[in-house]
Amino acid sequence: MKLPASNALLGGLLIGVLLIVALTGAVWTPYDPLQLSFRAKLAAPSAMHWLGTDEFGRDVLSRLMAGAATSVWISLLTVTLAVTLGTLIGIFSGYIRGWLDRIVMAFNDALLAFPGILLALGLLAVVGANKYGIIVALGIAYAPSVARIVRGTVLSLREREYIAASRVMGNSESFTMARHILPNCIAPLTVLATSMFGYVLLAESALSFLGLGVPPPAPTWGNMLAGSRPYIGQAVWLGIFPGLCISLTLLGINLLGDAVRDKLDPRMRGM
Amino acid sequence: MASSETLLRVDDLTLEIGRTGKRVVNGVSFSISPGEIVGIVGESGSGKTLAARALMGFVPPAVRRVAGSIKFEGQDVTTMEPKQLRAMRGSRVGMVFQEPMTSLNPSMLIGRQLDEGLALHRKLSASERKELILDMLRRVGIRDPDGALTSYPHQFSGGMRQRIMLASVMLLKPALLIADEPTTALDAVVQRDVLELMVDLTKANNTAVLMISHDLGMIARYSDRAIVMCQGDVVEQGQTQELLARPQHPYTRKLLAAMPHRGPARALPEAGTPIVSVRDLVIDYGGRQGFFRKEAPKRALHGISLDVVPGQVVAVVGGSGSGKTTLGHAIAGLIKPTSGEIRFEGKPIDKSETAYWDYRLNCQMVFQDPYSSLDPRMTIGDLVAEPLRLVPGMSAAQKAARLQEVLTEVGLADGFASRYPHELSGGQRQRIAIARAVVRRPKFVIADEPVSALDVTVRAQVLELFAELQRRHGFSCLFISHDLGVVEQVADRVVVMNEGRIVEEGTRDAIFDRPQHAYTRKLLSAVPGLETAPDGGVRLFWRLVDETEAALA
Repeated sequence: MKLPASNALLGGLLIGVLLIVALTGAVWTPYDPLQLSFRAKLAAPSAMHWLGTDEFGRDVLSRLMAGAATSVWISLLTVTLAVTLGTLIGIFSGYIRGWLDRIVMAFNDALLAFPGILLALGLLAVVGANKYGIIVALGIAYAPSVARIVRGTVLSLREREYIAASRVMGNSESFTMARHILPNCIAPLTVLATSMFGYVLLAESALSFLGLGVPPPAPTWGNMLAGSRPYIGQAVWLGIFPGLCISLTLLGINLLGDAVRDKLDPRMRGM
Repeated sequence: MASSETLLRVDDLTLEIGRTGKRVVNGVSFSISPGEIVGIVGESGSGKTLAARALMGFVPPAVRRVAGSIKFEGQDVTTMEPKQLRAMRGSRVGMVFQEPMTSLNPSMLIGRQLDEGLALHRKLSASERKELILDMLRRVGIRDPDGALTSYPHQFSGGMRQRIMLASVMLLKPALLIADEPTTALDAVVQRDVLELMVDLTKANNTAVLMISHDLGMIARYSDRAIVMCQGDVVEQGQTQELLARPQHPYTRKLLAAMPHRGPARALPEAGTPIVSVRDLVIDYGGRQGFFRKEAPKRALHGISLDVVPGQVVAVVGGSGSGKTTLGHAIAGLIKPTSGEIRFEGKPIDKSETAYWDYRLNCQMVFQDPYSSLDPRMTIGDLVAEPLRLVPGMSAAQKAARLQEVLTEVGLADGFASRYPHELSGGQRQRIAIARAVVRRPKFVIADEPVSALDVTVRAQVLELFAELQRRHGFSCLFISHDLGVVEQVADRVVVMNEGRIVEEGTRDAIFDRPQHAYTRKLLSAVPGLETAPDGGVRLFWRLVDETEAALA
């Protein structure tokens, strides 16, 4: 079929543009993203300010570009941390079973009972509110849901005959996990990771909103979106553009994630 | 009615898959008279199921009828309105499906499920319907019909569920019953009981039966006429006995020749140290331990003792739940024995022993389901070469050479190494599974139902390959199977298991010709034997005929 290929292309294009913008934003922006200008407060998009200005007269385009690097970097690291941690826990717990599984899963379920954001708040209080604090806090907060899903997948995989075959061959348990269990968890993991990317982007903005995220005045997409709320009636562009950036990024990640999943699955090749 | 002679007439039925235009049923014609039992035999992909489903207007949306007509009681099914079709289904044509575990709704009481069809198609009061249902449940041999009404499907075994399914269909006294592999999922003994019941019930109501199966023995025993299908075509049809005795079409001959048959007994050294010796093996399962309660464990094996002499093929037969698979898994080291001992070449198998690695390298296993025993993310080459990773003192070049050698042995040398399992057919996959088991040149191979998931002709080829490899490399083998025909073909010695115990063991000829234990006799009498005649036909015969007659009387 032709459709998936063009989907992958669109996803790749979106993510490519995002990376270029984030990289450019780190070294050059049209205006200084922190420069206040009270004469140009809440200006509508114009030739001077393409995407308008915010309540302090800061250029929205510049802030979006500068924020891209922070937001994407935080989300990427957080998702990587959560998926790695959750996968390790899920695979060991699900494959080894027994008392280890029970204790780990009881603990895991206790963590799942807290809303992710609350857990992250508590952790942030311990590790400190900065960029890396957010990554650690959100990473740990999202790991339990990954662990749950991976464990479920592993429980069904470990009953497959090819796992028994691997044991009869004399392979060690750790080799069996690495060679036969982990690769077969890839499909649910890619779906999970791509959807989690979106949650993390939003969670970062919520934390920023509560004053525990990246501290102002440094821009992130999340705190720009959060900061636009009081002005939604007067200056709709303040919310629309960060929101659009987040949505397009999510779309790109999801399309690319699906393509990567299919690419990694030998059963989907040549279809 | 067009003719009182014909109940159903299918003319030139042709079905295609809509998008690709692939013909799945190609100009099929046949007819069924009232009360007649007609069997359709064919392998997977022969179109037998699709053809039968078309009779009820049940074809998947992707499949298109391009030609032909289906006349049932004089009306053309292909031009019926949905409303007329619904009135016909259930009421005039009933269907029994293959899988009794999923064909009843698990969340509905048996009573309500049986009542559904009656309430829909017959104008009867609730009490009259209940009376009919109870009658029918009694008729199909449910011990406590009143209790069954308020039970759920999971409270019954597979055989009982299939009886209930049959009851629900026969309640409406349809003119035609379509049975799609009705007993494939059941044990030999249960299978026979259910089929006898089906034949009795349909005879009593003058219901015609269209029986679809891959099992020639079953068709041979129960059908009046047989239709042989191959890749969408009817290749031959006629009176069953005639067709079996004098097959005309090459495919029918091939199908008959592929039926397992007994070869001459091999001369084998009976003495010598057993390669595998099992003593008083006990295995308990489960015993779920909650925080507050402790369930008693379930005993799967009650003290099994067994010896396998080098070079021998020992078959373990038994119904489901007999513990034969558990025994295989225990010898393969997949389950820890609760008590008892397993010795390999005289030394106990235990991870602490130095002899453990010798056992691990020399004992391999072939699994039942080739769709689940191969890691879908590995190439064939990687899969077959994987066991060599742990062989000490083999160079990379030697390993590559061995891989090539083994792939050639199983007939999958050319370009298969870089393919993935999903690109292969079931038979090819099982060849790969066998290649993986023998790539280390083991001394002992456990084969757990290695051919039960395969089609008749493919099964014959895989069995042939297995025997060939066994002859060439001389490994001993524990062959686990529920299929007596296959066992008769491959085994030197046979061990019969029932409910976790060995009830009888002996040489193949002794077990098949002079069975002693009652369970062995019951098992043998449930399965017809087929004798190949020199002219290519087969003759169906019943083992222990006197007892079969006695059981039926």
